[in-house]
Formats: sequence, structure tokens, C-alpha cells
Amino acid sequence: MSDLMAKVVILGAGHAGGSAAAFLRQYGHEGPIVLIGDEPIPPYQRPPLSKAWLKGEADADSLTLKPASWYAENNCDLRLGVTAVSIDRAARTVVLSTGDAVAYDFLIIATGARARKLPIPGADLDGVLELRTAADAERLKSALGPDKRLAIIGGGYIGLEAAASARALGSWALIIERESRILARVACEELSSFFQSYHQAHGVNFELGAEIKAFEGESGHVRQIRLADGRVVACDAALVGVGAVPNEEIAKGAGLNCVNGIVVDLQARTEDPLVFAIGDVTHRPLPLYDRQFRLESVPNALEQAKQVACAITGRPSPSPEVPWFWSDQYDLKLQIAGMPFDADTIIVRGDPAAAKFAIFHLKGDQLQAVEAVNAPPEFMMGKQLIASRKPVSRERLADTSISMKEVAA
Amino acid sequence: MAKITYIEHDGTEHTVDVKSGLSVMEGAIKNNIPGIDADCGGACACATCHVYVDEAWQSKTGEKSAMEESMLDFAENVEPNSRLSCQIKVADELEGLVVRMPESQH
Repeated sequence: MSDLMAKVVILGAGHAGGSAAAFLRQYGHEGPIVLIGDEPIPPYQRPPLSKAWLKGEADADSLTLKPASWYAENNCDLRLGVTAVSIDRAARTVVLSTGDAVAYDFLIIATGARARKLPIPGADLDGVLELRTAADAERLKSALGPDKRLAIIGGGYIGLEAAASARALGSWALIIERESRILARVACEELSSFFQSYHQAHGVNFELGAEIKAFEGESGHVRQIRLADGRVVACDAALVGVGAVPNEEIAKGAGLNCVNGIVVDLQARTEDPLVFAIGDVTHRPLPLYDRQFRLESVPNALEQAKQVACAITGRPSPSPEVPWFWSDQYDLKLQIAGMPFDADTIIVRGDPAAAKFAIFHLKGDQLQAVEAVNAPPEFMMGKQLIASRKPVSRERLADTSISMKEVAA
Repeated sequence: MAKITYIEHDGTEHTVDVKSGLSVMEGAIKNNIPGIDADCGGACACATCHVYVDEAWQSKTGEKSAMEESMLDFAENVEPNSRLSCQIKVADELEGLVVRMPESQH
């Protein structure tokens, strides 16, 4: 049988899984595709859930990747509200929560990541929320509005975006962060302090270096948060955004190598040539940085969806991309390219006070990453410089009188 | 609703109906038309939905924002009629719009 006629089963109908099905069809795959998702709705975009959608600027229809009719029209058997329970690699079948066994020629694991839970008392109260799915976002949205108090646990990007959206909807918002600064795991100090000031100017409150002891409630609904120092903070809802863990258990159960994510190569293939994995659940090579890493981003999901579609349809692998991320908060557009691994120098270009600047992370004279706030030229040229590994001059990079095109020339 | 024709770099044409209110990019993605990647889903953050708008349509597709202008300035194969298709909103008066795609979005 030609691979183009092979039956492909995709576990996980998120951005990665849905896009893999679409790319397979774009690349001429003719065999049946089974797309299995545990949520009740077809694949959709998650990023707007904390941004435009939460603020009411985007409707549910605009979030869907493809119209619901696309799947049947393209011989894609979309099974929603169903979980895969186990994989039998010898028999090439997947057992579903319905008890059905589905045979595959190729399997793509795109099970994503789930929100990390806080193991503290009261975490199961109503009103203690997380934000991964459309259903989570509905719950959060209904808890926002004037006179509502939202406490956000975790000063990461999800928490900051939710805070900005909460303020736009008139809610009181507080960010409680265990570390001494927000974005501690993902951004440098300069960027942390910029975002904190910007949020403070928009009325967001902060408790930094604060440990949470418990969520406390009345009649099953959260009413306050008890901090380790004994203080209590009243709230109508609490959003927990303290990172995500990969849904790799099914792969582990099938004996596949997992290291904080399913280990794959640049074709998104696991050690089993018939089994691939893509998206947030993978521990993937980053050839520009000479290491394996787990990324959580839409560009990563799309890149790997293309890799697997190319591998199955016999196309040459696409060339590796520079990892990148974005975030919208208030009138700020943050664009990040690259990863600041082993960086030894930080160069700020532009003026943070004017909310238009970029932070470059260099390793010697090589650019490893750029964080750009309302600064598309710095982001776009930075991304190209990271890919080309061309040496850059620190002095010129810091000098805004020299355009980014000249800096990169 | 407007009928929009997307022409891939190799000349393959796709003519589809796109609902008013969606962007030209969303029309391509929802119809699984190859050649428009739209990594950021329409946030004007990635320049991977770059298209060329036929001259006759340039006035009807609106002005570029400063952000779009700035992103396009650094994309590849940019021409005077380049646009980011996520920034063009579909309306009835775009009936018959033709957009062409560059060789690559990356």
C-alpha cells in the first residue's frame, strides 16, 4: 500500500492535531484520517481565549480552524468527546474510552498539555479556574465584569493576558506570584519590570514572592485566598496559571521514550517509525540551539504538523524554524523570537518608557533571542539574524539611529 | 459574503465564498487553501499570510495599519501591492477579489 493511502489516526484534536489533518489533505494524502478529541467541539485556536475572545472581540465561530463540515467533506472521521485510553503498538491499534479499538497505519499523538494543578486545600472549589479550553474560557468570562474580583495565581503570560482582559471588562484584578518577579521563568528582569509597571498603570495589583496556602469558600464557591503569611484576599474567582504538564501518559504506557514530553525527531517521529507526536506534548529537537526542548506555542504546533504531514506523504522535511511566541496585552504587542539559552549579554534597544523597545539576548556575537514590544522591525530582523547565525555588533544593535536593516546588513 | 479567488504561487486557483466579517486570511484557512500559513491566527504578529492584491482591488481593501506596514517591511518578496491577508476584512463589496500568494511565507 502506498503511504498516501495509509490510515492515519490522530490522538488530540487541538491546534496541532487539527492542522496535521489539514496539511495531510493539502499534501495529497488520500487515505482515511481519524481525528480523536476529548473536547466536544472541532479544533479551534486557543490563543484568543485569553485575549480577543475573552474581551468579546472575537466570536466562537472565528476561533474554529475549519468549518464543522470540512471534516466529513475531507474523509476525516472526527470523533469528539472521546479519549484514547491506550496504544497497542504491536497490533497497531488505539483503544478509546468508548471501548472501541481503532487500527492505524500511522499514529500521530497530539494530546497537548494540561494546566498544572495547585495541590492545596480548596483547589476543587467552584470559581477556582484554569484556562486551556473554550469551556474554561466560558467559565472565566462569566466570572468577569464590573464589581467582580479576579485573583490570578501565577504571573506568566496566561495570567498577564487574563489580567489585561479582566481590566478591559472592568474587573478588579490581582496577580499572586511565588517568585520575586512576574515572568520569572520565561523573560529577563527588564521585561518583567516593564510588564509589571504597565499592568500597574492599568490598575492590576500584585503580590510578589507570595505563597498561597488555601482557597477558602462558602457553599462550595471560592470566596477568598489565604496566603502563607496569614493574610486573606477576597475574590469572586481565582484563575490558576502556573504552567502546563504534557499529556504524555498514553505514550509512556506504550513504552515510548518521554522526557518532559514525547521525544521526537525533526520529522516529528518517535522511536517507533509508525508513531509520530506533535505540539505541546513533544520534547523536540531545536537544531539552532543544539538541544531538545518542549515548546508550548501555536507556531511549534504548526511546524510539527507540517513535519509529520511531509513525512507521511513522502515530501522532504521543511527546514527548521526559529521558535517564536506572541502576546497581546492592552495596546502592547509582544513578539519573541528564539530562546535565550546560554546568553551572556542583554542589549536593550529603544525606550521601555515609550513602550516601544526590544531586548536582545546574545551569546558572544550571536543573537539567541529577541523580545520585542511594539517593535516589529526588531522582531522580524532579530528572527532572521537568529536563523542565519550571522555575527552582530552590540554597539550597533543598541543604537536606534541605525535601522535594523543596516544592523543586520 | 464575497467570492474570493486565491492563486497559489504555482498558478493553482481556488475560488471560494467567504463570509463577511471574516478576514481574507480566515477565508483561506477555513477552506484549507495552501500557501497561507497564518501562524499567529490573525494577530498581525507573524507575516505568514502575505498576499499580493490585484491592482483593481487595492482601494477597496483599505489602508495598511502602521503595524502591518512595519511587519511587511521585513517580510520576503514584498511588492507595493503586498498585504497581510489577516488585516483585510471581507465585505460584500469585495465580491470577485483576487489575491496571489508569494513563493513562500517563511
